[in-house]
Amino acid sequence: MKPRRIIGTTLFYLLVAFIVVYTVFPFYWAIVSSLKEGSALYQIEFFPKDPKWGNYAAIFREQPFGRNILNSVIVAVTVVSISLVLSVTASYALARIEFRGRTPLLLLVLSVSMFPQVAVLSGMFELVSWLGIYDTLWSLTLSYMILTLPFTTWVLTTFMRELPKELEEAALVDGAKPLTIITRVFMPLLWPALATTGLLAFISAWNEFLFAITFTLSNERRTVPVAIALISGASRFELPWGRVMAASVIVTVPLVLLVLIFQRRIVSGLTAGAVKG
Amino acid sequence: MAVAPSSLPQPEVIGRPAVALAPSLLTRQRRRAALYFILPMMTVLTAVAGWPLARTIYFSFTNANLDNLGSQEWVGFANFVSLAQDPEWWRAVLNTVKFAAVSVSLETVLGLVIALTLNANLKGRGIVRTAVLIPWAVPTVVSAQMWNWMYNDLYGVVNAVFLKLGFIDHPYAWTASPSLALAAVIAVDVWKTTPFMTLLILAALQLLPQEIYEAAKLDGIPSPKVFYKVTLPLIRPALMVAIIFRSLDALRIFDLPYVLTGNSRQTASMAVYARQQLIDFQDVGYGSAASTFLFAVIAVFTIIYITAGRVRFDTGR
Repeated sequence: MKPRRIIGTTLFYLLVAFIVVYTVFPFYWAIVSSLKEGSALYQIEFFPKDPKWGNYAAIFREQPFGRNILNSVIVAVTVVSISLVLSVTASYALARIEFRGRTPLLLLVLSVSMFPQVAVLSGMFELVSWLGIYDTLWSLTLSYMILTLPFTTWVLTTFMRELPKELEEAALVDGAKPLTIITRVFMPLLWPALATTGLLAFISAWNEFLFAITFTLSNERRTVPVAIALISGASRFELPWGRVMAASVIVTVPLVLLVLIFQRRIVSGLTAGAVKG
Repeated sequence: MAVAPSSLPQPEVIGRPAVALAPSLLTRQRRRAALYFILPMMTVLTAVAGWPLARTIYFSFTNANLDNLGSQEWVGFANFVSLAQDPEWWRAVLNTVKFAAVSVSLETVLGLVIALTLNANLKGRGIVRTAVLIPWAVPTVVSAQMWNWMYNDLYGVVNAVFLKLGFIDHPYAWTASPSLALAAVIAVDVWKTTPFMTLLILAALQLLPQEIYEAAKLDGIPSPKVFYKVTLPLIRPALMVAIIFRSLDALRIFDLPYVLTGNSRQTASMAVYARQQLIDFQDVGYGSAASTFLFAVIAVFTIIYITAGRVRFDTGR
């Protein structure tokens, strides 16, 4: 190799190394910090010499963090299931049946997915108190539909119209009803799309913060993001950073694993729906 | 297919041969089914989006209070007038615009650099791509807390590393100092959202025809020129969609500034300001006016986004 080439390649790999460090380091640092206790936390030490698990035990002991995780799981699973059921049929109609007003309807669904959440906050607050579900998980289940339903409908519509029409034609010739076509012909082919869409919707429900901090009040009703944002220590002025990091690692590791396992799927789902970050 | 959000699902004519047997009956049957299929979804959407939005807009013309919703009186444009006279509000608007402009620009440049790197022939591409996805997988609140700890004025790793490298001569309170707080929030957003940009750009890059590059190589055209004359124009539509989409997201930002710096006026975005008025100060009328304003801004951007996406849809495929 020519010297110029060597320098070029070296610089290129330096850039790559920098990118990797930049993207990975903050999460790595959270893991390292979560394994430090007492004064060790205040020393800059890139490899923990003496890892301790006390912070992990403490967050479950000192606050209802287990309950918070359960809340997040309950809300996210409920919201995603309802959204998928409602959007499978709707997206079949939107993708494969011609009717007047279809394009405006699709644009409407797309616009709702761009809503700033705060724009519905006071109206939603009124709805939530009128239904008597303030400070219950129901308030989150209700309000999260605005995040997940337009998204799942939009993405499933995109997936649904990619399926070959010959399949449907054969079923139509046999006199199959639309609902039968969905359940018997399309669903078996749609499982990968449903899994991807469901996972992305799950992530957005899992991460939601604005509604969660507004519609719940008591520690036991909080979801994970609110719990992590509000972890407090003995002193008002110094947050228990070791515990905050331990809680952060616990809720992030499953997500990172899911994302890594479903990497390719997620990329296709993201490009199909441009999900919110 | 390039970045799909730009393209509306194409009306697809299905079942023509089959329909030919009994066209009107089957079509009518299918249209009726379409109505039943869409109705539940639209009902829920109306209940959770349409109705609350309408109420918020209505509240913005009243003096509603969180304590006794229902006993409000119509006050016309009074809330919007006081909003226009409130320097704190304009500060929030300015913060949001600064935040959106700077973070989206940085994310675009950085996303482009990383996407081009990933698209090049390098060893261990899979590992790098995986690494790049990690920030995207970290929940926003968690990334805010992670960086909050890294920014810590006494024990934070940012100060330690920068001091050692000689970038700074004394530790800074990154999130507390008025001149640095917004930049600190932007830095976290850039870290968290660049992967999204990278993925969208990478998807566009991987669809580019390789022949052009081979031809350019044969003709000995320098690579910067190839980038500006070939790559950039070809991925521009996808890039535009990604930028508009990210801008929409950045304009309604709430959790990042809220968790990093609370309601601090140095970083408060429009959404943070609106929520503070609504919930903390219980002034539903005034807060709703702020929300309505933000909604109008986003609506304008959404219309641009949809029109831009459509233009491309008509000419693109």
